[in-house]
Amino acid sequence: MAQSAVAATTSAARGTPIPRSSRDRSERVVKSVLLSFSLLSIVTTFSIVAVLGIEAWGFFTGFPDKPGIGLVPFLTGTEWSPLLGGEQKFGVLPLVCGTLLVTVIAGAFALPIGLVTAIFLSEYAPSRLRVVLKSALEVLAGVPTVVYGFFALAVITPALQRFSDAFGTYNALSAGLAVGIMILPIVCSLSEDALRAVPQSLRDGSSALGGTKFDTSVKVVLPAALSGIMASFLLALTRAIGETMIVALAAGGLAQMTMNPSSQVQTMTGFIVAIFTGDAQANSVEYASSYAVAATLFLMTLALTLAGTAILKRFREEYE
Amino acid sequence: MTDVPHVPVARRLLANRLFLATCVVCTGLAVCVLAVLIVSIMIDGVHRLSPDFIANFASRKPDQAGIRAPLVGSIWVCTICALTALPVGVGTAIYLEEFAKRGRLTEFIRINISNLSGVPSIVYGIIGLTAFSRFFGWRAGAEPIELGSPDSLLYLRLPFGSSVLAGGLTLALVVLPIVIVASQEAIRAVPNSLRQGALALGSTRWQMVSRLTLPASLPMVMTGAILAMSRAIGEAAPILVLGAPLMVLETPANLMSEFTVLPMQIFNWAGRAKASFQEIAAAAIIVQLAVLMSFNALAILVRQRLQTPLQ
Repeated sequence: MAQSAVAATTSAARGTPIPRSSRDRSERVVKSVLLSFSLLSIVTTFSIVAVLGIEAWGFFTGFPDKPGIGLVPFLTGTEWSPLLGGEQKFGVLPLVCGTLLVTVIAGAFALPIGLVTAIFLSEYAPSRLRVVLKSALEVLAGVPTVVYGFFALAVITPALQRFSDAFGTYNALSAGLAVGIMILPIVCSLSEDALRAVPQSLRDGSSALGGTKFDTSVKVVLPAALSGIMASFLLALTRAIGETMIVALAAGGLAQMTMNPSSQVQTMTGFIVAIFTGDAQANSVEYASSYAVAATLFLMTLALTLAGTAILKRFREEYE
Repeated sequence: MTDVPHVPVARRLLANRLFLATCVVCTGLAVCVLAVLIVSIMIDGVHRLSPDFIANFASRKPDQAGIRAPLVGSIWVCTICALTALPVGVGTAIYLEEFAKRGRLTEFIRINISNLSGVPSIVYGIIGLTAFSRFFGWRAGAEPIELGSPDSLLYLRLPFGSSVLAGGLTLALVVLPIVIVASQEAIRAVPNSLRQGALALGSTRWQMVSRLTLPASLPMVMTGAILAMSRAIGEAAPILVLGAPLMVLETPANLMSEFTVLPMQIFNWAGRAKASFQEIAAAAIIVQLAVLMSFNALAILVRQRLQTPLQ
């Protein structure tokens, strides 16, 4: 009697038995499908490297019907005039210079303000205020970059022009500030995550030794979270370098070697936009040059991303 | 003990107060920027909003121009992007978190994904143009191969050209790293005890994932997916490289139709000198932000509705 009850429950629990071999086969199929999905990301990287590499290589060494520009003149040239009717010059430095100018302005605006706001949110703000401010930052983070470009043209540039006549319709400062506003939420929320990850016991220890809130936040919590904060800075700068729509709208279209924030500059991304919205022929030298510029841009952002990962790994302070 | 310079308490308290003031100023500045952004766009654009603005196609005359084509185009592109990026992204995350053994390949895939998330979206645009629009130069100059009839939704033309399918696939490349990382975090948040329970009862890995881990992590996966889609719907740079036409006067009929998206239309109008174009750009931004707000609200709703406590 008891035995049959046990038999009944086990057979009910087992349900329809699935033969082990077919179960294993479907397991293998699923696993290989999922593996192929994850390999797609590697395929993507290889296509980026291959496409940019091959096209840039052609641009440097020359195609069958036209001479190449050469890697060294490209990397060291200080004149960039690919579209003018006269002599075409392909020295990438003015574009790099424009990109750096915009990035430096954006960083000078967003990194300090973002970090201080992050300290305020994590160490000072009462939890109610924190929730409100965090959601405001989330809104800022979701705004499409083309909106910041519009903001730069419609609000920042006219405001700058009120201060000084030196600012034209297009200038690096306006674009840089808009890029700064764009990366502010990234700096802020990632730095805040890093600060909050510091264990409470460190703060308690500092307070117990008579440290003020300022001493605790800046001399104890901040150094402990430094690797995460550095990583957030690098990520934000990577985004600033690759930002396209803001500079395409507000920075102008003249590639020049300048560090003057009131002059118009062309960034690497700005040039790529100019090529793909203009009427360059698909087999022309200037068209090929956009691939070389894109390859330069890719290598710069790759270096920053790798540096960020390395900093996080090497300098992480482990507590508890 | 090392010598610590003695700082009078009064001065330290002053520093404390000054720093708090700096904090408040900086935070206030960040909030002000957001307020100015929203208010200035509202002032510029709100009087241009009307049913006609939503229903009309683009026009050379700002008074008659509308955002019908870009709005519908955005929906098409976003749908294609979701249908491709979400399965692949979530699948990759499942593989990395539940199936992959620790090893060189797995480590390489992980590093690779973190690098991909740092690639500027315009570079993805160039890759999309080369891979999807031109098939790496395959049949360059020749007539494209047609599959199916143009009347059907699934009509294909190889290579894809500047079609809505190429646009959606390119955006899928852009958001794929975001989807993967968000899904990985979601899956990692499922307590290990649940996995051990399932495996101890004799289920296979896939049974464990499909009946336990995935359902348990679904709210977080979906939140990440919605946020990734809101990124996709705001991207203009990759679409710009693909060569969306300046003026689109019809909504897509099939996967091969030409298209434009809302951020591209905003870019177009914002770049013109005439004030009336600035106003309709602002109006289009209001629509774009409204769409994004509803995405965010949806994400919050999903998080609250579906979240059931585990353990």
